Amino acid sequence: MNKYIYYPGCSMEGSARAYAESLSQVAKILDMELATVRDWNCCGATEYLSINLIPAYSLIARNLAIAAGQVNGTNELMAPCSACYLNLEKADYYMAERPALGEKVNEALAAGGLHYKPGSLQIRHLVDVLVNDIGLDVIKSKVVRPLTGLRIAPYLGCMVPRPDYQHRWSDHEYPLELDDLMHVLGAEVIDFPLKTDCCGGHMSQIAPETAYELIRRLVSEADEYQADLMVTVCPMCQMNLDAYQGEANRFFGTKYQMPIVFFTQLMALAFGIDAKSAGFGLELVSAKKALARIGVEAPAPEPASPRRKPDGLPMPPHRRKKYASGREASDEKIAVAE
Amino acid sequence: MIENHKPKIGVYVCHCGSNIAGTVNVDDVRKWAQEKLGPEGVVIARDYKFMCSSLGQELIEKDIKELGLERVVVAACSPHLHEKTFRTAAEKAGLNPYLTELVSIREQVSWVHTDKAIATEKAKSLVSGTVQRIAYNTPLEKQKVPINANTLVVGGGIAGIQAALEIANAGFHVYLVEREPSIGGHMAQFDKTFPTLDCSACILTPRMVEAGTHPNITLMTWSEVTNVSGFVGNFDVRILKKARYVNEDVCTGCGICTEKCPKKVIDTHYEAGLGYRKVVYTPFAQAVPRFPVIDRPNCTFFQKGTCKACEKFCPTNAIDFKQEDEFINITVGNIILATGYDLFDAGRVTNYGYGRLPNVFSSIEFERLSNSAGPTGGEITLRDGKTKPETVGIIHCVGSRDKNFNNYCSSICCMQSLKFAHIVRERTGADVYEFYIDMRTPMKAYDEFYQRVLDEGTLFVRGKVAEVTNAARYPHEKGKLIIHVEDTLVGKQRRIPVDMVILSNGMEPRHDAKQTGQTFGISCSSDGWYIERHPKLDPVSTMTEGIYIAGCATGPKDIPASVAQGAAAAARVLDKILQKEVEMEPIRASVIEENCSGCRICNSMCPFNAIAFIGDLKVSRVNPALCQGCGTCVAACPAGAITGTGFSNEQIFAQIDGLLMTV
Repeated sequence: MNKYIYYPGCSMEGSARAYAESLSQVAKILDMELATVRDWNCCGATEYLSINLIPAYSLIARNLAIAAGQVNGTNELMAPCSACYLNLEKADYYMAERPALGEKVNEALAAGGLHYKPGSLQIRHLVDVLVNDIGLDVIKSKVVRPLTGLRIAPYLGCMVPRPDYQHRWSDHEYPLELDDLMHVLGAEVIDFPLKTDCCGGHMSQIAPETAYELIRRLVSEADEYQADLMVTVCPMCQMNLDAYQGEANRFFGTKYQMPIVFFTQLMALAFGIDAKSAGFGLELVSAKKALARIGVEAPAPEPASPRRKPDGLPMPPHRRKKYASGREASDEKIAVAE
Repeated sequence: MIENHKPKIGVYVCHCGSNIAGTVNVDDVRKWAQEKLGPEGVVIARDYKFMCSSLGQELIEKDIKELGLERVVVAACSPHLHEKTFRTAAEKAGLNPYLTELVSIREQVSWVHTDKAIATEKAKSLVSGTVQRIAYNTPLEKQKVPINANTLVVGGGIAGIQAALEIANAGFHVYLVEREPSIGGHMAQFDKTFPTLDCSACILTPRMVEAGTHPNITLMTWSEVTNVSGFVGNFDVRILKKARYVNEDVCTGCGICTEKCPKKVIDTHYEAGLGYRKVVYTPFAQAVPRFPVIDRPNCTFFQKGTCKACEKFCPTNAIDFKQEDEFINITVGNIILATGYDLFDAGRVTNYGYGRLPNVFSSIEFERLSNSAGPTGGEITLRDGKTKPETVGIIHCVGSRDKNFNNYCSSICCMQSLKFAHIVRERTGADVYEFYIDMRTPMKAYDEFYQRVLDEGTLFVRGKVAEVTNAARYPHEKGKLIIHVEDTLVGKQRRIPVDMVILSNGMEPRHDAKQTGQTFGISCSSDGWYIERHPKLDPVSTMTEGIYIAGCATGPKDIPASVAQGAAAAARVLDKILQKEVEMEPIRASVIEENCSGCRICNSMCPFNAIAFIGDLKVSRVNPALCQGCGTCVAACPAGAITGTGFSNEQIFAQIDGLLMTV
């Protein structure tokens, strides 16, 4: 039995439900005991650290302090979301590296009767745990329905292998852990060159056209390699590439239909779990066709509920309408970086 | 002796210009020594701007003669620098040299401190310690040991070949040991040499042949030094001569065995993985010696017990499958290490895609590709072996000047890259981009070559390449390798699509440099290169007497510098040989036999195997010819029965007393 303290993070309850559901299936099969951090709170995501350091670190450290109090046979804190993982790791690292910061954070924690001694937890990402603790051999032994014939683009995103404070990854620019994991499931893994590129992060909220270009690069490259689907390890990557793929298509006049799924969903599938329990059908770009290629029947995504008509009186025309929606801008040729 | 007579001591404090005087109040130290150390025997204390100058030395000599000084303490720089100078000066005035000691108040005080008051106090303490200690110094005589006139040169690259030839031409015998089947080193793999573009093989092979046939050189290829013991003048060296499975006495080097051998393997060494070789092979056509080697792990006979094609066809019955590794013991007086470098593994810079993207080549691969004796006969092609590239990108500083890998500059890569650019343009007419951080072309005719390559139309982009990728963003990039770089002259990011990328990977110390250093008793810097006795003034000597270093073993170098170092090391060895005997420092350990319990702990501790157990007397005894005076046994002896000249218990305790004296 491999024991871990488990920090789910907010997306696991919302946009990344497929990740949460498939992970619980996979954990059961791999005999992993996940003890959820009691009364956990937001990790601050990608924004808060750039706004105000002390409250942001205090927010994160509250989780660390609670988790450290929960240590029971293991001090390994595992997070499946890349942003959560990085934030927890960062707080632990910088509280030790900058004692003045650590002191201030602990001062804040003391108000809630908490204290965190940096270094008392090992903070791990789910992929790292699966590959380095559970081991590929064990995972391979659990495969009952190899994903033979499914072409996969493994996409790790930027936040897991970098900056890698504890040197857990084989490489920072081109790590092959996820590739290896997909290999043992029997899938055909393409040598995806953008595996650690940016998905756009929260640019999709603040400067969508920047995010669209980043999404286009990733999706078009996977398409170029004729991948059936792209796997990700991060709820934010999944959200950007899945939910904004249509927007990006409209912006560039392209027609990509690249399903974006969590790697645990494919693990669950290979372990013999049915597609619905593995969380398929929750994605927006349907994986139905891709899975049909290997003879798996997957539920189609639920049709989006029709957009509600705005209530009340019409708004005056928006000053920046041109950028607000990609449709008008789609004719413009994008500037070549060179 | 001490009770009834305190020896007369002279203390001399050096300013070293402002090196010492800038941080230490020299005048104060002198006055203090004169007044406070008077009861300890100090009869005179002086300070001088440069004690090491001839005037400074004369000052000491005069005092010895006129005041009858019996001990001299010089507070100046490190003993490494000037101990010899002052001991010689004292000797000239009739004082035994071992009654003069240096106190390092430069390296250990002024250079490492900023607070003048504290630094002055520390200088006083150190002087006081040595004054107390020197009273117990005894006159010592240097021992003279004859020097064996034979020399061992390790490494048969151009530096080692040069060193061996210089010594052999002077009429002395040289053992040249090389671990590969042929001498020649990296230079044998190159096509052209910068900046003159003369053919590498054409200038190298005459030297190789000369070394191979010289009556004063015993060439031992496919051999490695496994053990070295002894000291300058008399090193005992054990060499592993690996089995060639070819009888060198009868082999004519006709090459029929290689021709008939049915098995081909990828040549990861000489051809850098780009070409193939047979299992019985000579690395290249001009190999010296001409005898082939059987690659045992790949040989069908050794693996399956059948084949023996080479044996069947050999006209002189030279193939000998029963040959075994043998050890050869030799004795030499001096050793030159010219063990060279390893090429940085370009695959470690994962963002450049070497090993993943087929058309990314390493520098040594390109050398083979452009070599007329290489796998493509000198045609520059992509990895498919056919297509000529239309655009080529050359990336500098791969693994060098990069804090993720090596901080140092590999010094040859700029010129090597310029040479590549010239060759590519000459043979294919392709557009060539060079991506550099800084251009470094400092040697003779190097910058002229840079100007020439500029004039030829090679395009230079200043900036460190972020990545080489096959992920096209725009239609014109499809099917190409895209070099993503920040052009720091334009101040913009650029994406430059090319057909072929050449990585100019730098140099690294040999992977086993540390182990080799231990075998020969020399040390490596934190980067892994061997440390010179002095980086500027003694670049081919090491801290171990009789062991010299040359070529890239001490750091990245081009061919002219390696050759110069080979010759320089040879000159140092010849100097030693011609002295016919070497003076040994008389700092030795000795066993007080009545105190020795015969526990033999010291026997195994001694790194020089200088202590033997005398069975009849049941005591250990130190062989003074082998003892290097390191003091390990003195510290290890549980009975306190071993004492070191220069480091006796009285001396050490007196020095501690002196150091702790209130200043």
